[in-house]
Amino acid sequence: MLREQLILALQAILPTESVLYGDEDIRPYECDGLSAYKQLPQVVVLPHTEAQIIQVLQLCHATQTPVVARGAGTGLSGGALPHTAGVLLSLAKLNQIRSIDPLARLAYVQPGVRNLAISEAAKPYGLYYAPDPSSQIACSIGGNVAENSGGVHCLKYGLTVHNILKLRVLTITGEVLEIGGESLDSAGYDLLALMTGSEGMLGIVTEIVVKLIPLPQKAQLVMSSFDDVHKAAQAVADVIGAGIIPAGMEMMDKITIHAVEEFLHIGYDLNAAAILLCESDGNVEEVADEIACIQRIMKLSGATRISTSQNDLDRLSFWAGRKAAFPAAGRVSPDYYCMDGTIPRKRLAEVLQGIEKLSQEYGLRCMNVFHAGDGNLHPLILYDANQPGELEKTEEFGSRILEMCIHAGGTITGEHGVGIEKINQMCMQFGNAELAMFHAVKAAFDPLGLLNPGKAIPTLHRCAELGAMHVHQGTADKFSYLPRF
Amino acid sequence: MQAVINQYQEIICTAAENKTPLHIHGGNTKQFYGNATSVQCTTPVDATVYCGIVDYDPAELVVTARAGTRLSELEAALEQQGQMLAFEPPYFGVLATLGGCIATGLSGPRRATAGSVRDFVLGVRMLNGKGEDLHFGGRVMKNVAGYDVSRLMVGALGTLGLLLEISFKVLPKPAAEMTFCMSINEKAAIDKMNRWAGQSLPISATCYRNNTLFFRISGVESAVKATRLKLGGEELQGEEGALFWRSIREQTDRFFQIDKNKNLWRLSIASSTAPLSLFGDQLIEWNGGLRWLVCDSEDDGQLIYRVAENAGGHATLFRSHSVSNGVFHPLSPTILKIHRALKEKFDPAGILNPGRFYSEL
Repeated sequence: MLREQLILALQAILPTESVLYGDEDIRPYECDGLSAYKQLPQVVVLPHTEAQIIQVLQLCHATQTPVVARGAGTGLSGGALPHTAGVLLSLAKLNQIRSIDPLARLAYVQPGVRNLAISEAAKPYGLYYAPDPSSQIACSIGGNVAENSGGVHCLKYGLTVHNILKLRVLTITGEVLEIGGESLDSAGYDLLALMTGSEGMLGIVTEIVVKLIPLPQKAQLVMSSFDDVHKAAQAVADVIGAGIIPAGMEMMDKITIHAVEEFLHIGYDLNAAAILLCESDGNVEEVADEIACIQRIMKLSGATRISTSQNDLDRLSFWAGRKAAFPAAGRVSPDYYCMDGTIPRKRLAEVLQGIEKLSQEYGLRCMNVFHAGDGNLHPLILYDANQPGELEKTEEFGSRILEMCIHAGGTITGEHGVGIEKINQMCMQFGNAELAMFHAVKAAFDPLGLLNPGKAIPTLHRCAELGAMHVHQGTADKFSYLPRF
Repeated sequence: MQAVINQYQEIICTAAENKTPLHIHGGNTKQFYGNATSVQCTTPVDATVYCGIVDYDPAELVVTARAGTRLSELEAALEQQGQMLAFEPPYFGVLATLGGCIATGLSGPRRATAGSVRDFVLGVRMLNGKGEDLHFGGRVMKNVAGYDVSRLMVGALGTLGLLLEISFKVLPKPAAEMTFCMSINEKAAIDKMNRWAGQSLPISATCYRNNTLFFRISGVESAVKATRLKLGGEELQGEEGALFWRSIREQTDRFFQIDKNKNLWRLSIASSTAPLSLFGDQLIEWNGGLRWLVCDSEDDGQLIYRVAENAGGHATLFRSHSVSNGVFHPLSPTILKIHRALKEKFDPAGILNPGRFYSEL
């Protein structure tokens, strides 16, 4: 369909202000949080109602026009990168919290509602929505569903898939699918799990029922220094081995500690080879018991310094450095390259050693921050794109880290998603038979392949060349005001 | 063990070629569950042959085991390390296997607080209806590469593939556990369970029957003691508590012993739903989210489906003495269309447990 015709047809469905096509109007939609990939769609639409979306989808289906859904656009893998021949469907205007049922502990929300807004609305009832991705002040719940977002607390409280009960989904033909229920399980295949993390490839979510859980009575944090990364890794295993599921467990290596301390001056131990943050939350007795146990384990594991937060102010200041790791990387190096591999925890020390070796081999520094509790690594390779060949070297380094993660029994992406960015690494992680099944699953929902085409699942003939999140001069993440950790 | 997989592949490929249905089974402990299928014209596939724990590191909180592994063997291995399957799967017999546990997707008393069997699944290795050996998900807690096919297998009753290996998360066993009961009417009990669930309390299971609310408190000793003082109730002494929850999980409690002319229904609904006005005896679990109903087998199933649907959930004819079909909640036409499309992709010849789940699958 010609662009002019498409615009006219959309204008017949939507109010004039909901159809954007002027260059300056659609420019803000050219990328998501990963601005290394940019392209303009034919047109951007901002419908207000589900009925409008149905009409848009029917039009796109009839004219075989690709549709890319977009929430807040904070994603880090280019999942919401527009299609040059397609419609960019923003769900930002569907931003109402329809209702909260405090007794049943459910919230009924539209996809454009911000993650944090749900917890804020639930707070008067002593409840909150558990998954807390670092971008939670800006990211939308619809985007969280598309990416199966986690957060610092997901070892204990789960990912998005564990915290939603029901989805209202539109297929590309505009049919309504009611998936799940207000009940804890539902009839038929687990389509709720299939939809969660499907990166906008299977359907368009128009309403979500999320679970709310009680706010913990108390949270407390133990910060420990280690003179050896291996000892810190062992301490992580020992905490879990002692029967504790920490609310959060985060690790930083020496180069990260120095970078954030230089940046924030919060009193981190500069002699430490690694710092481990371990948080406990729950009822008062439980927290007291766990904190005592964690302190004991840290001592036995050879921690050189152990500090325990005495109040929430303390706790938040201990966290501040960890949460500032990404911006700190941007300060100590002109560029950094962020990976998102996940490995079994027991391989942590070994993979760290491997990264260190590669770091020497490539002559590039690498800051390591981890969601240690769940084995999710965010190595930040520091480099300078202005040095000829350094970007290529960095990409190769990154690719070898991901390869190592797969070999260690892990995955190429723990939480950032595949999107367009890690599409090649999918060929590394899965064989042709699995990829063919993924394509078949998509075809069961979207036989013409119009929803977010070209993302998440590579075609079989695509080569397995590696790529990763590329941050140039701190500009790649256009949501530079968002904390990333 | 590869030889076993090769055999399975051969069986599946032959069946696909001849379009002869296969009847996949484990320990046959949950054979009563699902639609009755005519066994005469199907070839049995014994999934218990491929068994054994592949990998278990307690500090990792992850186990990988073959589908034929007995649940009892698995739980014994976890017990030794002070860990558990947090979803408390029902066995319904000593021969119960991990594969059957995943394929039926049933969870026990701890489900409302700890999560369900599907919540704990991290990855699967399986054969689809073409005999292809496939790996989905993995052995790590966080993994967003590819569609979540692993969890799609949970509760699919073997209609999408033959499970070979499953990786799943395990949790530490709580240090202390105590069970209490109190007399209370149904309406007040439902309200209480939901209010408790909205507070930071270490309650790990609830059950209501015969005007009595049973609840289990789990956690560190000090928390269990403090909660006990807060909530009141009469303690079930010694082993009584553990035995009570086992009798609910395994349905050995007399509530579940149904006469010839009775049916046992399972209604999974919004937990705060007021007492259901359905004829028959009821038992409540999961803070009100699970209602078991024993009623006359003559009673109108459509009415029960409707009541469950109005309460935001669905109903299943769980046990019946008569051979029954259509035991699962009817699917909407749009949802059924997706189901058929998925089945067609995973099992194009329609040979994997046809009819056991829905007649169309």
